[in-house]
Amino acid sequence: MELITTAHNGPSGVAAERLNEAECQSNFCEMHAPLEGNAARVEAERCYFCFDAPCTEACPTGIDIPGFIRMIASGNAVGAAGLILEENIMGGTCARACPVETLCEGVCVRNHGDDRPVTIGLLQRFAVDDALEQGTRFFSRNEQTGKSIGVVGAGPAGLSCAHRLSVLGHDVVVYEARPKSGGLNEYGLAAYKMLNGFAQRETEFITSLGGIEIVHDTILGKDVSLEELQECHDALFLGIGLGGGNRLGIPGEDAEGVADAVAFIDDLRQTDKLSSVPVGRQVVVIGGGMTAIDAAVQARLLGAEEVTIAYRRGTDAMKASIVEQEFAKIRGVSIRYWVQPSAVRLEEGRAVAVEFQVGADSADGEKFAIPADMVLKAIGQGPHLERAGSVGPFEQVDGRLVVDENRQTSCPGIWAGGDCIAGGDDLTVSAVQDGKVAANNIHQALSL
Amino acid sequence: MSDLKTNFVGIESPNPFWLASAPPTDKAYNVNRAFEAGWGGVVWKTLGEAGPPIVNVSGPRYEVLHGNDRSVIGFNNIELITDRPLGLNLQEIKQIKKDWPDRALVVSLMVPCQEAAWKSILSQVEDTGADGLELNFGCPHGMSERGMGAAVGQVPDYVEMVAAWCKEYSRLPVIVKLTPNVTNIRQPARAARKGGADAVSLINTINSVMSVDLDSLSINPTIDAMGTHGGYCGPAVKPIALHMVSDLARDPECEGLPISAIGGISNWRDAAEFLLLGAGNVQVCTAAMTHGFKIVDDMIVGLSRFMKGKSFASVSDMVGRAVPSLTDWQHLNLNYTVKAQIDQDLCIKCGRCHIVCEDTSHQAIYARHNGERRYEVNEEECVGCNLCVTVCPVENCLTLRKLENEVDVRTGQMVSPAEKLQWTRHPNNPMANADG
Repeated sequence: MELITTAHNGPSGVAAERLNEAECQSNFCEMHAPLEGNAARVEAERCYFCFDAPCTEACPTGIDIPGFIRMIASGNAVGAAGLILEENIMGGTCARACPVETLCEGVCVRNHGDDRPVTIGLLQRFAVDDALEQGTRFFSRNEQTGKSIGVVGAGPAGLSCAHRLSVLGHDVVVYEARPKSGGLNEYGLAAYKMLNGFAQRETEFITSLGGIEIVHDTILGKDVSLEELQECHDALFLGIGLGGGNRLGIPGEDAEGVADAVAFIDDLRQTDKLSSVPVGRQVVVIGGGMTAIDAAVQARLLGAEEVTIAYRRGTDAMKASIVEQEFAKIRGVSIRYWVQPSAVRLEEGRAVAVEFQVGADSADGEKFAIPADMVLKAIGQGPHLERAGSVGPFEQVDGRLVVDENRQTSCPGIWAGGDCIAGGDDLTVSAVQDGKVAANNIHQALSL
Repeated sequence: MSDLKTNFVGIESPNPFWLASAPPTDKAYNVNRAFEAGWGGVVWKTLGEAGPPIVNVSGPRYEVLHGNDRSVIGFNNIELITDRPLGLNLQEIKQIKKDWPDRALVVSLMVPCQEAAWKSILSQVEDTGADGLELNFGCPHGMSERGMGAAVGQVPDYVEMVAAWCKEYSRLPVIVKLTPNVTNIRQPARAARKGGADAVSLINTINSVMSVDLDSLSINPTIDAMGTHGGYCGPAVKPIALHMVSDLARDPECEGLPISAIGGISNWRDAAEFLLLGAGNVQVCTAAMTHGFKIVDDMIVGLSRFMKGKSFASVSDMVGRAVPSLTDWQHLNLNYTVKAQIDQDLCIKCGRCHIVCEDTSHQAIYARHNGERRYEVNEEECVGCNLCVTVCPVENCLTLRKLENEVDVRTGQMVSPAEKLQWTRHPNNPMANADG
């Protein structure tokens, strides 16, 4: 790991160019260096090829992990990629973004004793990147069924669903609100996880199969209605994700200097020039998930001098894993646990500090303040089903769609997956699985 | 430190570790370095007869079989005997022996199967002051096609004949180096003894084709799109060498014939095993060629500590101590019964034991216990074959438990290993006899 460059004595307030572009580019280098050929083979040889492998059981998409690793060991990375993509068409993104320490690598039998797990994520990336680079074609479309399916949202769930449907011989139209495909892969993951436009490369790979038309800048409930879609398609899949960030409900949260962490990350991902993204000198990120980590680390990489994640509970309760917490700490992010924000302190209408009280549950705990000219809220995103304009027909829990094991909603002919459904874990890999399961079930339903 | 001094057919050396006749012993420069590093002796790379020097390929002459992490498991070469002038080699041998009087210096020889050719070279070698001769009847490539090397070693009559010439025309001890590319190693060894040889050394390299290049579809190593078979050695051949060495050690017709063991010896453990199976000393090549001469340090210290731990006063004290444990199948005790057992505290639950037993053996390991991932032995099916133990990645997790005075639940029979039952007396053997 390279040492990161830090800014010193920069201006207060939210400002661009705390570091120059070269320094930013260097700071935003790859989170984990990809494996080279021989290193991959050596690492692959470490896999015990377990029976009924725990890693496969832990993978939401059920990738045959020992199977693909054995192929890498025998110098067949492309074959390995085929095995991966068969179960998870976004194997490339998942290899970069999955919290492997809580999934496959977390249950690797090599964790026992003083050993370390096989680096499954890096191996998966090695295989998929190699295959994508070579432009290998893994899929072909079944005989055309003449059916048309509408997919709302070109994120992981939607694209996964669209791909499987296309393989099964259906035509798919994907309606995407934003100008680019990929959903959170494109707009929501930290830049250092998804270098070199990987989300777009992956989308191109997925759509290169044919049979998938993506209509951008089309918002459900505004540019097109659910009824219209139901009318012109044989089935619908909703992968609409979530809406805006949740509110803290404390004084000062709408002031200048306070922003949504998701929007901050979005800006970072869409800019052509990292150094042009404004960041505070002293940044406080409120929350405990991966978005909080991604926002805090990237604020540091842009040149913020002090970055603190404030979380209302303890380390174990954090949605971000211990590994991610350590990752942030190594990059100079402080994490304060058991602190509850009570107000954003303002001067001349701009944030200057966040006031906290110690202990999430006690109203009379100790109070203190952390100076902050930028406050990023990362306490989860709320649902935006209302946008669909037809909240009525769906059974929901807390604004999220209730689905059965086939990802079918309470509304006949409509399936859903990804972050917009109830009971999910907000992971890319789970969204991909939702899309795959739904596609198989849609196919079954349409074949009756 | 235990005393590692050895006396092999009258040749003394400070330790039993010699470098085998091969590239590491081709010239004074290397041999000096070897002796500085602490090797007990060398067998100088094979000399041929005087005349135009041998010509080697200028393409690759080595190829390997890699294991995990590119460690070298097997090694193959198509190099010929020394390609330096005979006179230069003899001159260097003389100087080395003068400079290193306490080290063993044996000269390997390979000349055409004619009495005059052998007679001529023997006297020249003797003039160098070298300690002994090793007759290269083993090289399986290049020279064998010219009627030398393995071509001699594969015909016991030739082995006997040449050994006899050497004994007749030289006063030096004669070690006959045997090729493993034969059906029964005892035949050439007996022939060597009949010819008067003082000792045998084995094994030379094994005929091998290393690999095929899957891009060019030609074999490796490739010399201008062509390749040829070569001699195989390195760690992978050790079990074959152990078998051949021990087979001679227990051959009544070879009784007392000293053996210099060669074949995949990489560390003191390998060396100890060969000594225990009857070798009087050991020769090393591949390990040095893949790590340099410094590896002898581990061999010296390791063997010395091992001997101390086992109270062996000298190397000769341990030679052959494991030979009595080697027998033929029909003499094994069929009443000896073991069952696999799994230490659940050590088990990491990889399931390899289960799947290999389930797919390829006796279906004797359960994968689930009350729905949980837990591997347990089903003693009713376990035959104690050891497959599960060999694939378990955790040391001492899977072991074999010896049954004693208890019923084998697989057969329903009481197990009493003390009552030995050999096949020669087994009721199912129609040829059984009461004498065993």
